[in-house]
Amino acid sequence: MAHLLPPSQREDFREILRLVRPGARVLDVGCGTGELLQMLRDEKGVDGRGIEISAEGVSACLARGLPVMQGDADRDLAEFPPRSFDYAVLSQTLQAVRAPKQVLSNLLQLAERAIVSFPNFGHWRVRLMLLARGRMPDTKALPVQWYETSNIHLCTLKDFTVLCDELDLRIEAAAALSAGQPARSIDCHSPIENWRAESALFLLSRKAAPGPGATSAQKSDLFD
Amino acid sequence: MNLKAKDISERRETAHTNGVARLMAPLRLDSGQMLHDVDIAYCTYGQLNARRSNAVLICHALTMDQYVASPNPTTGRPGWWPTLVGPGQTLDPQRFFIISSNILGGCMGSTGPSSINPATGRPYGLSFPVITIADMVRAQAMLVSQLGVDTLFTVVGGSMGGMQALEWAATYPERMFSCVMLATAARHSAQNIAFHEVGRQAIMADPDWRGGEYASQSVRPEKGLSVARMAAHITYLSETALQRKFGRELQRDGLSWGFDADFQVESYLRHQGSTFVDRFDANSYLYITRAMDYFDLAQRFDGKLSLAFQKSAGVRFCVLSFSSDWLYPTPESRNIVRALNAAGAPASFVEIDSDKGHDAFLLDEPVMRDVLAGFLEAAAEKRGV
Repeated sequence: MAHLLPPSQREDFREILRLVRPGARVLDVGCGTGELLQMLRDEKGVDGRGIEISAEGVSACLARGLPVMQGDADRDLAEFPPRSFDYAVLSQTLQAVRAPKQVLSNLLQLAERAIVSFPNFGHWRVRLMLLARGRMPDTKALPVQWYETSNIHLCTLKDFTVLCDELDLRIEAAAALSAGQPARSIDCHSPIENWRAESALFLLSRKAAPGPGATSAQKSDLFD
Repeated sequence: MNLKAKDISERRETAHTNGVARLMAPLRLDSGQMLHDVDIAYCTYGQLNARRSNAVLICHALTMDQYVASPNPTTGRPGWWPTLVGPGQTLDPQRFFIISSNILGGCMGSTGPSSINPATGRPYGLSFPVITIADMVRAQAMLVSQLGVDTLFTVVGGSMGGMQALEWAATYPERMFSCVMLATAARHSAQNIAFHEVGRQAIMADPDWRGGEYASQSVRPEKGLSVARMAAHITYLSETALQRKFGRELQRDGLSWGFDADFQVESYLRHQGSTFVDRFDANSYLYITRAMDYFDLAQRFDGKLSLAFQKSAGVRFCVLSFSSDWLYPTPESRNIVRALNAAGAPASFVEIDSDKGHDAFLLDEPVMRDVLAGFLEAAAEKRGV
C-alpha cells in the first residue's frame, strides 16, 4: 500500500504541498496515518480533514490531532456537504476504488479543485513487460502481484485525460512523479509523457460551475 | 457555592470527593415546569488546575451513576469506567479534574421521583415532572459552574451519556473544548422506544408499583423492575456475545420439565434483574427511559440536525460506534458526524470492530483505547493541559 511508504518516498506529497494554497480547506481521501495532512497543517496552515478506511489509520491521525473519519472513497464522500473544501486530495488511491468516475465526479462536488495522483499504466516499463514477457507488470510503481493488488482500475495517462474530458474537468496542472526524483511538470496530452511518467499527478477543477441540478439538490438534502 | 460535602477521601494520592450540590437557582424544565431545591450528587477526581483548563465531565448512561472511578457505596462495586478513567488511564486524575454527576431524575442522590417534594414533604412519585435530556444537561451545567469551572476540556459520554454530550454541544458549545460520544444516537428510534415501553409496562404491571406511590406504602415493584432490566439487558449484548457466553448450556444436568431457569442465559438474566432492583428505583427507571424516548436533538431545529451544531464549529468532536451494537447502530453515529461536517465542526469518527454489542463501550476494547487516547492527548496538547 502506498500509505505504508515513508514520507520521503511520497514525491506526490511534496508536489501537493507545493500546489495547495496556504490556509485552504483540504479533504484528504484515503489519508492513511495522516502524514500529508500533518505536513499541510504544519507547513501551510491548512484546515484539513481526512477519510481513511482502517481504524488503525484513523487512530494514528487522531493522535496527530487531525480530524479524520473512518470511511471509503466509494461510499462516504457524501458525508460532507457540497463545496465544503478548496481541495480534495486523492493520492495513489483512484486505481483502488470501485467506481473511479463517480469518485472523481464526487470529489469535484465537494471541492473547488481536486488533486489526484495514480500510477501510469502507460509507462514504458509496464508496456515492455506486457509485450516482452506477456506478464502483468511488476514495477516500482506497481510492486504487488496481480492476485494480491488492491489496484482494480488501473489506467494510463491518456485514459485519465479522456475521462477528465468526459467529466468536463479542466486540467490546471500535471506532473510526472518517479520514486526518488522531484516532480516534473508535464504536458499531459503529449504521447511521450504517457511513455515516460511512472506516476502522474493532476490538479483539476470544473470547467462549468454545476447548476442546481438534481444531484446537487439531493446532496444538500442530506445535510438538512 | 453551596456544597454539602458528605465525604472527602484520598485515594492513591488522588483527591476524590463525593458530594451533593444544591443548585443555586430553580431549574426551568422543557415541560414548562419549574423544579425547586434541586440537588445534584457528584464525584470529582483530581484537582482543578490554576488556569481552570483541565476539567472533564463524564456523562453516565441510563443505569450508571456518578461513581465512574470509585466504588459505588450501595453495591461496593468498583468504578464503572476503569478502561478510561483512573490512575494510569487516558483520563488520569493526576492530570485532569474529572467531574461525574448523577443525572437529574436519578436515584443515587440527585433529585428524582424518589426525592422528597419540598411542597408536600412526601416523595414525589408520579408528581415528579417529566424531564428531558436537555433538563439533565442544564442541571449539569449549573453544577459545573458551582464547582468553579467555566469551560470544560472535554465532555465524554456513552449511550445516554452520549445524548447528554450531544446536548452539551448544541447548548453550551462555548463551554467545551472537545466532545467524545460513544455508542449513541441523536434521537431514539421506534425500536428503542419499543424496548423501553416493554420495561415501563413491566414496572407498571407490578401490583407493588401502586400507581407510583410504592415508597409511601413501604413496598417496591421489584418483579416489574427486574423484568424491565432483563429485557433491556438483552439489547445491550450482541447475539454473538450471548451465544458465546451461554449457548444452550444448562444450569443443571438435564431439563427440569418446568419453568425454572433451565438455561444458563435465563439464570444470568434473572441475576441481572434481581441485583438491579437492589440499586435502582423503579420510578427513576420510568422517568429516565421517558427522557431518552423524548430525545430528538434535531426536533427543535426544524428537523435539521446540522443546525444544532451551528455554534459548535470550534469544538473538536470524536464519535465512536461499535460494529455489533444494534441498540444504537453505526448509521446513527454517521448521522451525527454528517451533521457535524455540515456545520463545519472538526469531527472524527471510527466504527470499532467488536462483537460485544452496545456494552462494548464500557469494556476493554484496545482500538477504542488507542483512539480515545490519541484524540484526547492531541486535544490536551492543543489546550495546554
